[in-house]
Amino acid sequence: MIDQYQAAIRIAAEHKTPLQICGGGTKYFYGNPITGRSNLLDATAYRGIVDYEPTELVMTARAGTRLVDLEAALDRYGQMLAFEPPYFGAAATLGGCVAAGLSGPRRAAAGAVRDFVLGVRMLNGQGEDLNFGGQVMKNVAGYDVSRLMAGAMGTLGMLLEVSLKVLPKPATEITLRMQLDETAAIEKMNRWAGKPLPISATCHVNGELFVRLSGAESAVRAAQVKLGGEELSESSVFWQSIREQTHDFFQSAKPLWRLSIKSTASPLLLPGKQLMEWNGGLRWLLGDESMSAETIRKIAKDAGGYATLFRNNESCIPVFHPLDSGMMNVHRALKEKFDPSGIFNPGRLYPEI
Amino acid sequence: MSPQELVKSLRSFLSPEAVLYETEDMKPYECDGLSAYRQLPMVVVLPQTEAQVIQILQLCHATQTPVVARGAGTGLSGGALPHAQGVLLSLAKLNQIIAIDPLARMARVQPGVRNLAISEAAAPYGLYYAPDPSSQIACSIGGNVAENSGGVHCLKYGLTVHNILRLRVLTISGECLEIGGESLDSAGYDLLALMTGSEGMLGIVTEITVKLIPKPEKAQLVMAAFDDVLKAGNAVANVIGAGIIPAGMEMMDKITIHAVEDFLHAGYDLDAAAILFCESDGGAEEVADEIKRIYAIMQQSGATKISTPQDEAGRLKCWAGRKAAFPAAGRISPDYYCMDGTIPRKRLADVLRGIEALSQEYGLRCMNVFHAGDGNLHPLILYDANQPGELEKTEEFGGKILEMCIRVGGAITGEHGVGMEKINQMCAQFRTGELAMFHAVKAAFDPSGLLNPGKAVPTLHRCAELGAMHVHRGEEKFPELPRF
Ligand SMILES: Cc1cc2nc3c(=O)[nH]c(=O)nc-3n(C[C@H](O)[C@H](O)[C@H](O)COP(=O)(O)OP(=O)(O)OC[C@H]3O[C@@H](n4cnc5c(N)ncnc54)[C@H](O)[C@@H]3O)c2cc1C
Repeated sequence: MIDQYQAAIRIAAEHKTPLQICGGGTKYFYGNPITGRSNLLDATAYRGIVDYEPTELVMTARAGTRLVDLEAALDRYGQMLAFEPPYFGAAATLGGCVAAGLSGPRRAAAGAVRDFVLGVRMLNGQGEDLNFGGQVMKNVAGYDVSRLMAGAMGTLGMLLEVSLKVLPKPATEITLRMQLDETAAIEKMNRWAGKPLPISATCHVNGELFVRLSGAESAVRAAQVKLGGEELSESSVFWQSIREQTHDFFQSAKPLWRLSIKSTASPLLLPGKQLMEWNGGLRWLLGDESMSAETIRKIAKDAGGYATLFRNNESCIPVFHPLDSGMMNVHRALKEKFDPSGIFNPGRLYPEI
Repeated sequence: MSPQELVKSLRSFLSPEAVLYETEDMKPYECDGLSAYRQLPMVVVLPQTEAQVIQILQLCHATQTPVVARGAGTGLSGGALPHAQGVLLSLAKLNQIIAIDPLARMARVQPGVRNLAISEAAAPYGLYYAPDPSSQIACSIGGNVAENSGGVHCLKYGLTVHNILRLRVLTISGECLEIGGESLDSAGYDLLALMTGSEGMLGIVTEITVKLIPKPEKAQLVMAAFDDVLKAGNAVANVIGAGIIPAGMEMMDKITIHAVEDFLHAGYDLDAAAILFCESDGGAEEVADEIKRIYAIMQQSGATKISTPQDEAGRLKCWAGRKAAFPAAGRISPDYYCMDGTIPRKRLADVLRGIEALSQEYGLRCMNVFHAGDGNLHPLILYDANQPGELEKTEEFGGKILEMCIRVGGAITGEHGVGMEKINQMCAQFRTGELAMFHAVKAAFDPSGLLNPGKAVPTLHRCAELGAMHVHRGEEKFPELPRF
């Protein structure tokens, strides 16, 4: 299998033909279109769990493994992917999940995909089979190339295997719901995040704040008393709808912007419906014609972060927040080193790489 | 450029006290925490502002002069070892906490700020900076970023890489990169991760925005003694298997227990083959629950003695013993050499037996302290530098331990970095392809190789010469180690 991938990569490199690395195809909507005519490099055939030792808190799996299978295996031992990756379809694979670098509701409390990546096995643009990082929690031998792969949108190499840190599932999870306007919600979420409370997710939508508490029953109940609000009966259904964007808010054909900004930033002075997660650190915005990409990006930048045009990009706006020239030079230089012929997903992240 | 010319150019924009070139003035900078390696640089500079750092880098870039960054010099792998023809760039005077934002739970600090100073400054807000290397009263946050340092709480709270948001980094040409943001996610490649642990090889960090987290309401400790290391290792697995992520999980072996007890009289069980320290933190209710569960697991795992100090003084006394392992080593031996490798936890008993065998073979004692939760082993090899040949023997012994770590599927460094010390073992951990990629990454930032040259990544040539010692993961069996 790997031989075939290597051969395909070498041929593509020789002819400088772009390769579109594809997993389950659930995140086609995300990112820019690939520059030029490309061939598909199907990564799904290389799949399966290579090693999983629950008491080591480490799972190593091939990149083509479906997330469903992976999470089912973890579930058997009461463990989970703590970054709650969105699938956007049952076919989602581990490779795609790491390459897209997207994390779900638990991100502010537990960390992002990149925080859980311990090691990767990958093919670079010359088809070389390389291992970075490892299967242990702590490893500072060599540069952290494995984490660099998270969110690189497949532009640096083809992932073959990934080792992830996994965590036990919390014993109890409940969700509290309360009426609050945006400003008050931002203030509350941030105040609570500065207190030792077992908050594992927050979401503000339609004038209501949802707060998920996770942990030992005693801890969750004690926090419930402190926070107040009404307990939601279908806790996991709600968070699933946020994670997978099946919630009503997301049912719109308008451009969906994803702003990752400082959590305390005031409500965005923009028309259009908004949904907040991550204690205010993530703002989803349904854009409309009156807002230019430049305006949205300026607002994000002023709020200490970045804006991505996540979905429904009808007018071919660059999806990812532009980089300044110094950063772009480093990106270009890295791309050149990992993929000298520029064959992996060219343009998917930025036109220059 | 001659040393005189270089000094003259540096003094054109730095005050006289900020440029050291007399041997006696430079002496304190000739080594880091790994004092077996010493080298005087051509000149030491102590800038006070980022603008001065930029000027220094521009000068070094223009004159092709090597630059070695230095924080507090507590590194244990020779990462801050000066370059004979280079500038030693101390960031120690960039030591301001620029801003603390308690509501957003972040602090913006200069690289020379001491790790503990951040937590002290955040304490009035009930917040702290989580990674707590044992050296935290001395080490700098810039050095922590460069080494991706951890501490006893990192299984639960993460390493440096998990606790920083944004960096200002200067490239060798003096250009400033703003990496990350005040946001959790940022745009483009994860250069924040790439910079973390890069040992001063890719750029000079001049500002760091760290995350602050709320101080847990309560912390409590279970201390359990075992008559067999294997049982202690299993107890660790049992705790984690039960779905508990302890705030800290540390182990000491017999010789360490004795050394520490002689020194501190902490009341440790001297018959024990290993002692486990397992800490729970969080809300009062949660901690009470968790401690009960941990206690039961220790019992079921065959602990011979279990104690749970009820008050804070008792808890701190127990920890004091664990933290005193280094000074205790210093008390029973003229010198000691601290190693740092990681292993899959399940191989602990094998590895300890392997270390014991090597200890016999080399005739050198070895104490083992272990960040048991995350598989990070710190063998302390006891030796006497005044005995001819003993340091060399110690280094060889240490090298063998690291190779053993690789063989069982681990790594040659968990948190101390490669630096100068483990450059040879890098040839055992990685193959040519990976090493070539590391050099390529370096070249993407620093094409002329002026930042900390010769550290962290060995030349392919060096590895070829060491060829004989190549052992790749799992490809070779380890005959000395019994399997089970
Ligand atoms: C007693 C003792 C206990 C220790 N315990 C631990 C522990 O528990 N966990 C742990 O992880 N480590 C531990 N260490 C190791 C050491 O303290 C850490 O590696 C620490 O992060 C080094 O910080 P420093 O400021 O002393 O850096 P230095 O030793 O000065 O430098 C370390 C490296 O960082 C580079 N560097 C420094 N500042 C910058 C900068 N601003 N920009 C770019 N590069 C820079 C240097 O070039 C060098 O490569 C311990 C050391 C001692 C002596």
